[in-house]
Amino acid sequence: MSDNSSKNGYWAANMRIISISLVIWALVSFGFGILLRPLLSGISVGGTDLGFWFAQQGSILVFLAIIFFYAIWMNKVDREHGVDEE
Amino acid sequence: MDQFTINLLFVGGSFALYIGIAIWARAGSTSEFYAAGRGVHPVTNGMATAADWMSAASFISMAGLIAFTGYDNSTFLMGWTGGYVLLALLLAPYLRKFGKFTVSEFIGDRFYSQTARIVAVICLIVASTTYVIGQMTGVGVAFGRFLEVDNTTGLLIGACVVFAYAVFGGMKGVTYTQVAQYVVLITAYTIPAVFISLQLTGNPIPGLGLFGDDVASGVPLLTKLDQVVTDLGFNSYTAHHSDTLNMVLFTLSLMIGTAGLPHVIMRFFTVPKVSDARWSAGWTLVFIALLYLTAPAVGAMARLNITEMMWPNGGINGGAVAVETIAEDPKYDWMDTWQKTGLLDWEDKNGDGKIQYYNDQNAEMQVVAEEKGWVGNELTKFNRDILVLANPEIANLPSWVIGLVAAGGLAAALSTAAGLLLAISSAVSHDLIKGAINPRISEKGELLSARIAMAVAIVVATYLGLNPPGFAAQTVALAFGLAAASIFPALMMGIFSTRINNTGAVAGMLAGLVVTLVYIFLHKGWLFIPDTNSFSDADPLLGPIKSTSFGAIGALVNFAVAYVVSGMSKETPQEIKDLVESVRVPRGAGEAQAH
Repeated sequence: MSDNSSKNGYWAANMRIISISLVIWALVSFGFGILLRPLLSGISVGGTDLGFWFAQQGSILVFLAIIFFYAIWMNKVDREHGVDEE
Repeated sequence: MDQFTINLLFVGGSFALYIGIAIWARAGSTSEFYAAGRGVHPVTNGMATAADWMSAASFISMAGLIAFTGYDNSTFLMGWTGGYVLLALLLAPYLRKFGKFTVSEFIGDRFYSQTARIVAVICLIVASTTYVIGQMTGVGVAFGRFLEVDNTTGLLIGACVVFAYAVFGGMKGVTYTQVAQYVVLITAYTIPAVFISLQLTGNPIPGLGLFGDDVASGVPLLTKLDQVVTDLGFNSYTAHHSDTLNMVLFTLSLMIGTAGLPHVIMRFFTVPKVSDARWSAGWTLVFIALLYLTAPAVGAMARLNITEMMWPNGGINGGAVAVETIAEDPKYDWMDTWQKTGLLDWEDKNGDGKIQYYNDQNAEMQVVAEEKGWVGNELTKFNRDILVLANPEIANLPSWVIGLVAAGGLAAALSTAAGLLLAISSAVSHDLIKGAINPRISEKGELLSARIAMAVAIVVATYLGLNPPGFAAQTVALAFGLAAASIFPALMMGIFSTRINNTGAVAGMLAGLVVTLVYIFLHKGWLFIPDTNSFSDADPLLGPIKSTSFGAIGALVNFAVAYVVSGMSKETPQEIKDLVESVRVPRGAGEAQAH
């Protein structure tokens, strides 16, 4: 749906970072937390398995990491492409 | 001092604090309601946004829903936090660059259409009103307990307080009041959880205690919980029992709904810089995560405590709690106080002087019950929404903790309810009446229509709150579904595609909203009026898809319709394409502009 017409490939770089972030976002929640839970059932965590931990704790922690990582990374990309706020 | 007086002191004291801060902050600046976030550090803004966003659903209702269902309701935890990733990556920085104050203004300008703006306002009003119904449910529970009256009286008194609070007005917009509300709310949520986690697992951090060992038995807490609940014929706590597709769709609806709620998005319009908008979303989630990482521990530990209280002599073979004990033992006082609200009840059906709590729908348990001479579950009513408020009493914590939790619950419910009422009234008076119907309306007339809209919204929400379509968090989930299906796709397409034009956006939003609303009404009753539904969520119209999960489907419909209709109609004009280009780069973001 995107069109990469913005200058210097800035928009393309942004889209790439967003795509990677969203893949991780989906993997830890819909993936580890729900759909892939049966695959993780062998790894036990405190009376249950890793999938349960991701559903109730891990996904939230990864969400936090994604947002801060994105902020740091994008602020750097802004400067590299000369589109940051002065 | 009795518990009632202590509650009164905590609730009264916290309200005095909010009003005091509001007056102090007002004297310092004459800046308007809208400008509250400007010049505020991202950390402060994040805390205020967290208070604004976490409502009765998060505070009062969610842990109870997790407690009685277990793993399957992890959807609330992932859904209501995962949305912030979408917000931070897909919306916040660009909407900040755009530099206006409201969501409907962005949609109106990007899709160069007054109709698009009005449709966005209608979507906003529908979602917000549904949201307020959920808040009123929570307000009723909190006031019922705190004033020791039945739920209906509590709701009516609560509605008056919410109305007064909202009319009192702009103080909602003062960031520092919200910071104070956040501090009260998070302290009230965390302190009892830490106490209980220490009691049960010896670990002061509830999120770690949840996966720790139960001190009394030495086995992991969750293993023990699975054991005691399955002994009584209930589903195991940690296993997956519900439909997987529905679980995925429900989580997705909550996520995209979070990123489509106007009163949250608005907070990111007014941070000083685009880069601050990115940080702000992160800090907001930090403060929300403090509650969300604790909530699953609160749920699991409360479930264990309740079950052990009902079977105090070592589980199902040791004999149930006696009716006499409930009446006389001070440890069981909470049951008597909550019975007064009508939200908790028990009945000695077989007349053996004991209250047997078990799953009487389970075939194996029915056999056991027959042998033992039980004639059905005798803990006849346990409303999920009481769990968090009753939790400190159940765990026998000091009375100041109970008072603190009452203050926290009310802070969560009142702040969000009042904020939503303000959003609804300004949408009606400013965007609908002044923006579309009668542009020459006087200032006075605009104010009057705002007040009327607010009064109508609260009367409707109170009436429907008396017979709510679900527990507080479930009703709020419906509101998120509506926002997911209408607002989020329009915003996202507005930023990430230049193809989508005015006609496409309007058709998309209308299709998403209508199809979702109809699906919800078919299951929850038309306009949420009880008994007018043709289906129920126990047996939904479309396979396993419950009405609470339909928002994700509605969003897909929105995207598809907008794409197809845009392809068939006139291309987006060049100046709008230029606008989209400029929104995409941070450079040149000025201060947010007033209307």
